[in-house]
This record gives sequence, structure tokens and C-alpha cells, in this order.
Amino acid sequence: MQHNIPAEPLGAYAEPMTEAVSSCVHCGFCLPTCPTYRVMGEEMDSPRGRIFLMKEVLEGSLELDMASPYIDNCLGCMACVTACPSGVQYQDLLTPFRALAEEKRERKLMDKILRRFVLETLPYPHRFRLAAFMGQFAKPFKGLLRGRMADMLALLPERLPKGVLLPVKKIAEGETRARVALLAGCAQQVLEPDINSATLNVLAQNGVEVLIPEEQVCCGALAAHTGAMWQAKRFAKENLKAFAGLELDAIITNAAGCGSGLHEYPLWLKGEPEEEVAKTFAHKAQDITVFLSQLGIKAPPAPKQPLKIAYHDACHLAHAQGVVYEPRELLGMIPDIQVFDIADSEVCCGSAGTYNIEHPDTAFKLGQEKAQNVLATGADMVVTGNIGCMTQLRTHLKEQGIPVMHTVQLLDKLYRGEL
Amino acid sequence: MSEALKTKLQTLFQERCLQDDAGVLPYESDGLTAFRSRPLVVVLPETQEEIIEVVKLCYRYDVPFVARGSGTSLSGGSMPIEGGVVIALNRMNRILHYDAAERIAVVEPGVINLYVTKKAVPDGLYYAPDPSSGPVCTIGGNVAFNSGGAHCLKYGMTSNHVLGLKVVLPNGDVADLGGESLEMVGPDLTGMFCGSEGLFGVALEVTLRLLPKPEVFKTILAAYHSLADAGQAVADVVASGLLPGAMEIMDRLAMDAAEAAVKAGYPAEAQGLLIVELEGPGEEVEAEFPKLMQVIEASGAYEIRVAKNEAERMKIWKGRKGAFSAVGRLSPDYVVQDGVVPRTKLGEALREIEKLSKTYGLRVANVFHAGDGNLHPLILYNGKLEGEFERAEELAGEILKLCVDLGGAVTGEHGIGVEKLAYLPYMYSDDDMDLMRFLRIAVDDKEIANRGKMLPSNKAPALTMHGAHPIEKQGIAFRE
Ligand SMILES: Cc1cc2nc3c(=O)[nH]c(=O)nc-3n(C[C@H](O)[C@H](O)[C@H](O)COP(=O)(O)OP(=O)(O)OC[C@H]3O[C@@H](n4cnc5c(N)ncnc54)[C@H](O)[C@@H]3O)c2cc1C
Ligand code: SF4
Ligand code: SF4
Repeated sequence: MQHNIPAEPLGAYAEPMTEAVSSCVHCGFCLPTCPTYRVMGEEMDSPRGRIFLMKEVLEGSLELDMASPYIDNCLGCMACVTACPSGVQYQDLLTPFRALAEEKRERKLMDKILRRFVLETLPYPHRFRLAAFMGQFAKPFKGLLRGRMADMLALLPERLPKGVLLPVKKIAEGETRARVALLAGCAQQVLEPDINSATLNVLAQNGVEVLIPEEQVCCGALAAHTGAMWQAKRFAKENLKAFAGLELDAIITNAAGCGSGLHEYPLWLKGEPEEEVAKTFAHKAQDITVFLSQLGIKAPPAPKQPLKIAYHDACHLAHAQGVVYEPRELLGMIPDIQVFDIADSEVCCGSAGTYNIEHPDTAFKLGQEKAQNVLATGADMVVTGNIGCMTQLRTHLKEQGIPVMHTVQLLDKLYRGEL
Repeated sequence: MSEALKTKLQTLFQERCLQDDAGVLPYESDGLTAFRSRPLVVVLPETQEEIIEVVKLCYRYDVPFVARGSGTSLSGGSMPIEGGVVIALNRMNRILHYDAAERIAVVEPGVINLYVTKKAVPDGLYYAPDPSSGPVCTIGGNVAFNSGGAHCLKYGMTSNHVLGLKVVLPNGDVADLGGESLEMVGPDLTGMFCGSEGLFGVALEVTLRLLPKPEVFKTILAAYHSLADAGQAVADVVASGLLPGAMEIMDRLAMDAAEAAVKAGYPAEAQGLLIVELEGPGEEVEAEFPKLMQVIEASGAYEIRVAKNEAERMKIWKGRKGAFSAVGRLSPDYVVQDGVVPRTKLGEALREIEKLSKTYGLRVANVFHAGDGNLHPLILYNGKLEGEFERAEELAGEILKLCVDLGGAVTGEHGIGVEKLAYLPYMYSDDDMDLMRFLRIAVDDKEIANRGKMLPSNKAPALTMHGAHPIEKQGIAFRE
């Protein structure tokens, strides 16, 4: 698509942003996989429409305020990137756009407070833990609260698991086959510390030494995707330092959202002195399932009862990182397990970072749809690769009592003979 | 008039009547972004009654309207009419009735093509017309453009699969055309509505014929050192008496694009690639296959691959089906053309196109439904370069004329829209054109349904392809 976007105001972001616009040919192939388009059925809430709107804003022919609601509605699930035959890198347009928009916009007071709360809490495990802990007490009073605060509370688990202090290093069992570092993730450490423990165990079992650099911070994805680019950049730079100088085969992520965040470091730090380091770093970053499938793992023992498992593709794994094959390959190695794909697997479950906090209605509809499709598989359990999806799926599958697990937790349980 | 209509529509549709910039801008063009224009409003009806009401109001106030499906038209067919109403049908996406035993589906117009097949697959059925845009385009759009696809060689276009239609005519009257069976009494009005490019009103409900899924597929891919050889092979296959389900050709440039998009794994040296798919009952395909291989081997293919399983077959098709959009990776702008030539003239047409491409200094990628002689030359240009868009359009025009001169047509399936208006009279005599206009006026005396598309209208300036268009001169529509 032709455009007249002036480059100067966009600085280093000009190139990736305009490239995304010009490679869009307006063919609409992205529409049916876009969750918001599926729910709302209108062009402004489709990827093609959003690209058009952002282009118009950048060209100066449309007021930012008018376009904002539709850009805000975007889940950032990147299903459109997978669907696009023309190779439009939508995130290259969206992420910087949100950052630019954030600088200019006037938010309502309540919005500001909520946003501030989210940005100042979720990325910091101890603060999040405290807030979540307080939330436990507030839960019984949910009826008294209205709107978003109530929606946020609904997402908190009934009971918060005990915090786990991660070691700085975990030694491989037997011969050391590889050495990696783990990005521990922040929300995940509070909501489900077991994912990290399971990761360490599965890696160790397969002869991998794991470092957990102490200085690491939140990956910054949450900040970047809500337009707080200053915070995202700061986190990215701190992480580059924290992981510098270690001799590593890979940097492991086990939350899809964080993994896609690390892969975006070169975009966030475009034009900064750290840009090159960020590229090397992003290159090393691998989802746990990718690393394990490349390394080759020892076959997990069969579960005590044959199991039917539905595998849910987390958007930030399948679309943002292109990882669909590896987790299925790992699951396929387990004896007595049948793996099912979920219908419309490319459509987001509605979790999408903080989306279910900011757009509860759409998130709810998507969650319900996903739950229906999971139930239709007849599976006993859902396995996926992202804490956000796990929370969302559990909320929507609560009544049916279908357990939801991370891929690595399943492997861990099997190795331990607990399943 | 417009203001009064707008007020009425606002009352009727509330927040589903879009009129501010952000709501309307994204509807300003379809798959052909070189043209855009500003409608009065966009409405999002959710029931048939609402659609009928909008049409009635438009008729009363004499304001033109255009129905819009997924906006994938490549000829400006669903581009708004300046100051008119866009009726966006994307929320009209329910499958109303599905009967596996009767092999029919009754759908609303906004249902996506592929979703019909998705619904029918568990019963071993499918909806045959398969435009490459199938995962996104709507049945309503398919009906209006009588869309085809790779497999229409064997099974026919959309009109061969639409049994019945409920439509709202431009004056607001509702008509039922056809029925639930292929046999009908009286003139084929369903057939007349198919391909009418929205000029006869809006389809509200479409009764589709479903077919049993072919038992087996056998897909082969043949690589040639020249594009013309691939073209010749198509004629040879048909001359041998075989009727494959599909026969598609891609040239080097199109392969490069597809390769970049989906890593289809096409032969790297090939200048012409032919995809042939046999389909049907197992025994029939088994019997046909050796015959096909014989013809292909004799046609000078230097490499022949047979898809070993469904995954390999899908990979071959994925590259082909995504090829149009994938060309976006090679060039920021392109025009897709849609001429048809008799199958026996394929080789000649391709050679001429290559010559024209050299003369104009513009790259042309070829990817097409070779089986029915439907060419899709994609003309690559850079709109930022002064005069290049005009040259691209001129070249496109030359190619269309070439098709007509070779005994073919100016469109196979993408429609006339606004883009090919100037070329219809090149193909049809004045008498033919008059008859078409006569029909149009008989159905739509005010010319409010998709005014100015397909047929030059008395109420909209005639379109030309070269230089600034009259509509552009008036500042109504503009090209980016
Ligand atoms: C990448 C790509 C590949 C394509 N491949 C093919 C192909 O292989 N074969 C092919 O034939 N086409 C192809 N097309 C063209 C296009 O997809 C088809 O013409 C399709 O039928 C349009 O459907 P739509 O829902 O997008 O309709 P739109 O573009 O929204 O509308 C098309 C026309 O239909 C009219 N219309 C829409 N709904 C109704 C209704 N309910 N009642 C009356 N009129 C209506 C509109 O007014 C307009 O004139 C391709 C397009 C793209 C972008
Ligand atoms: S990122 Fe997801 S929600 Fe946003 S436009 Fe793309 S598909 Fe739609
Ligand atoms: S699929 Fe890609 S090229 Fe097509 S409209 Fe969507 S983003 Fe643009």
C-alpha cells in the first residue's frame, strides 16, 4: 500500500513502521483469524483496518484520538502475522505506534490509575505478590466492586501458591550436554512458581546446566505492549547487562509472552547503542520447548492412566515466535498420550497480557469460545506454553474441572512419576 | 436528501451507523487500493429486515449504495460510491440451514466461503468453488462476481453451485430466485443475478449446492525451462481427453514470491511451473494417473513431483493460493489483471505478455488458472515513481486488449468493477452494451445499486483508465 508517512518524527522506528505499511496489500487474509474482527465484525477492528488507521494517523490525516479506541482493542496476539501472505510485520508497526500514541494521549483519571497500577505492579514479583495477596482478601467483597477492578480480581487464583526462591544455578544431572540461562518471568513467579521449578528439573534431567542471573528483571513485554516504551527499554537494557558475559547455548523462556518480548528487543532498542547486542541476545532466546526438541530429550515414562490432551497454541508462541511444531513433537514422544488440536487453534483465548484487564468483554467472549472448542475435543487436560493462557483457560474451564498445565510441568510430572 | 437519509440511518442503526473518520476510512477501498472514495455512512446490519430497510431508504432518497462483503474485490467492485451508503454484511454471517442428506446449505451473504466447507466436511461434503481468497471472501461477494477458483475447471464457477437466492431489489422489493434444486422452471434468474456485480440489488440468503468430497486426490507438480512450454502442456493435457480438477501455472517471479511467503519448496530453476490435480473416485484417478504422467513427460518437463501425502499436497497449494498477496513481498504496488484466452492460445498470450513487459520496462508476474485459460498477470510497479502507475495501467490495458484480440475476455472472475469499465466496450458490440444497460435500468431505474460500476452509468461519469479520471478531477475519488 502506498503511503506518505513522514519519516523524521518517527526516528529509528520509521523504517520498520513504514515497511509494515507498504508491504500490506489490503487483501484481507488476516481478517478471519483476528479475534476482535471475529467478535465485532467491523473493518476498524481488523488488522487491515488498524494498519490503515495507523497509516492515516501517521500521515496526519486522522486524529489520533479517533483511531485510539480501535488500536487499543487490538490484543497484540499476532495471529494476523501468521495469516499474512505478504509478510507484514504487524508488531513492527503496532508496538512503536502504541509508544508514540501513549506520549500524546490524555487518559481518564481512572484509566491512569489502573494503568499505573498495572505497570508498577505486575513487572515486579514482590509487589505483584503483595497486591495479589491483598486481592485474596478483597475477593469475597467482589460484589461491592464494579468494573475493571472486579474483573481483575476474578482472574486471581483462589489460593496463591507459596513463593519459591530460585537458585542462581542448577547443575545438570549426569553428563553436561549444554549450558543455558533462564529468564524467570515475573507474573509467573507469583501465580505459578512451579513452572520454573519444573523447567529447572526437566533441563537438569536432560543434562543441561541452568544459570538464573540474579540481576534480571521483567522482560518488558507488558510495558511495550501497553505503550510504555520508556519502561520496556529500561528493562531490556538491564537484562542485556544481566545476561552479558555468560557462556551460553541459549537463553530460555518458558512464558510465551516473555519469549516474544525478548525477540522484540532489537525493535525496541532500534537506533540505541545496544541495538547490536540486542540482536545477538534475541537470537539466543529460545522457548523451552524449542530448546528441548532441538537438544533431544530422554523419553518420558507413560502416565499411569492413558491421557487425552488438548494442546492450546499460545499466541505469543505460535504467532509471535512461530513455535507450533516443537511442543507437539515433545508431547508426541510420551507413550499412552493422545494429543488433540483445538478447533480454531489460531484464535486467541482472550488472555493476551493485560487485555483481560483492559477489555474484559471481548476477553470474556473469546475465553468462552476457546473453552467450548476445548471441550469439543473430549480431552482430559489442556497443555499450553504460557501463564496468561493458563489463567484464562482455568477461569473458563473451572466448572468442568479440566486441569490446565504448562508443557514443561507435564514433562516434569512424568519424569517424577507423579502422573 | 443525503442529510435526511443519514439522520434516518442513524436512528435506525445507532452505533452501527459509522460516520466519523475512524469508522469510515477503513472502508474507503477494497483489494484495489489504488482507488478510494468516501461514503456518506457505513451501516452494519444484523438482520435481513435491516438490509431491506436500508435499500428502501436509499431508493426513496435516491442515494446510491454498495453492498460489501470482505472487501477483497480486485477491481474496485466494493469501493464505496462517493456520498453513498456502504452496507457492510460481515455480521450477516450465519449458516441458516444445513442439510447433509439434501446436500444443501442456506447461508447469509456474509458467510466466508471456506466456512461453508468447514461446516460440511464432517459429513464428507464440501462447497466446490474455491477462489484463492476463499479463507476470507464472502458468499455474497462470490455471487456478485460469479467467482471461480483453481477447481472450477472441472466443477464450474459460483453460478453452477447457487441453487437459489433471496434478494432485495434496488427498489426495496424482495424476490426469491431459483429454489433448492438444479431443475427449474422459466428463465435462469439466479444465473442472471450471479455475476451482476451488485447492480441488481443485495443477496440476503443464498442456497448453495454441496458436493461429496472427492475420494482421492493426485497432485503433481511439473517444472519447465520455459513458461510457454508449461502453457503448451495444459493444451496437451486437455487434448488427451483428461479433465483434471485443476491446472495452474506460475512463472518464476510468482514462484519467488510464494517461496518467500510460505517456503513452498518449488523447483529453484524452473521458469514455468505447472500444477495438475486429478481428483475423483479412487479407481478413476488410478486409471487416469499413468495417462497424465505420459502427457506431462512428453511435454518437456525437466522435473516432475507427485505429492506423497496430504501435507505435501497442501504445501503445493498454499504457495499457489497465497501467491497474489505474496507478490507484495516483491513490490509495494501491483495491479492484478484477469484476462481470459482460449486454452490453445495460452503459449502465444504468454509470449506476447513477456514482450509487452519488456517494452514497458515493468515486471509482470504470471500466476493463473491455466485450465480455463484465465490469466492473472500481476504488473509490478512503484507508485512513488512519477508516471509508473499510469504506465502499469496502460500495460494492463494492452494485456486485456490482447486477450480480446485472441478471442478471449477482459475478465475471468474478478469482475469489471471500476477498473475495467473502459474495456467492456472493447469486447462487446454497441448492441450488446445497450442490452446490458437496458436490463440494468429495467431492474434499477434509479441506478442506485453500485452506481458507476461494471456499466458506465448515466448518473456517474464514464471512467477511463488513462491520466486523471473524471471522478478524480472532480476530487471525488483519488488514487494513492
Ligand atoms: C489475494 C486475492 C486472491 C483472489 N483470488 C480470487 C480467485 O481465485 N478467484 C476469484 O474469482 N476471485 C479472486 N479474488 C477476488 C475476490 O476475492 C472475489 O471477487 C470475491 O468473490 C470477493 O468477495 P468479497 O466478500 O471480498 O466481496 P467484496 O469485495 O466485498 O465485494 C465484491 C462485489 O460483490 C458485491 N457484493 C458483496 N456482497 C453482496 C451481496 N450480498 N449482494 C450483492 N452484491 C454483493 C459488492 O458490491 C462488490 O461489487 C481474489 C482476491 C484477492 C485479494
Ligand atoms: S494482533 Fe491479534 S487482535 Fe491485533 S490485529 Fe492482529 S490478529 Fe487482530
Ligand atoms: S493479510 Fe497482510 S497484506 Fe493482507 S490485509 Fe492483512 S496485513 Fe495486509
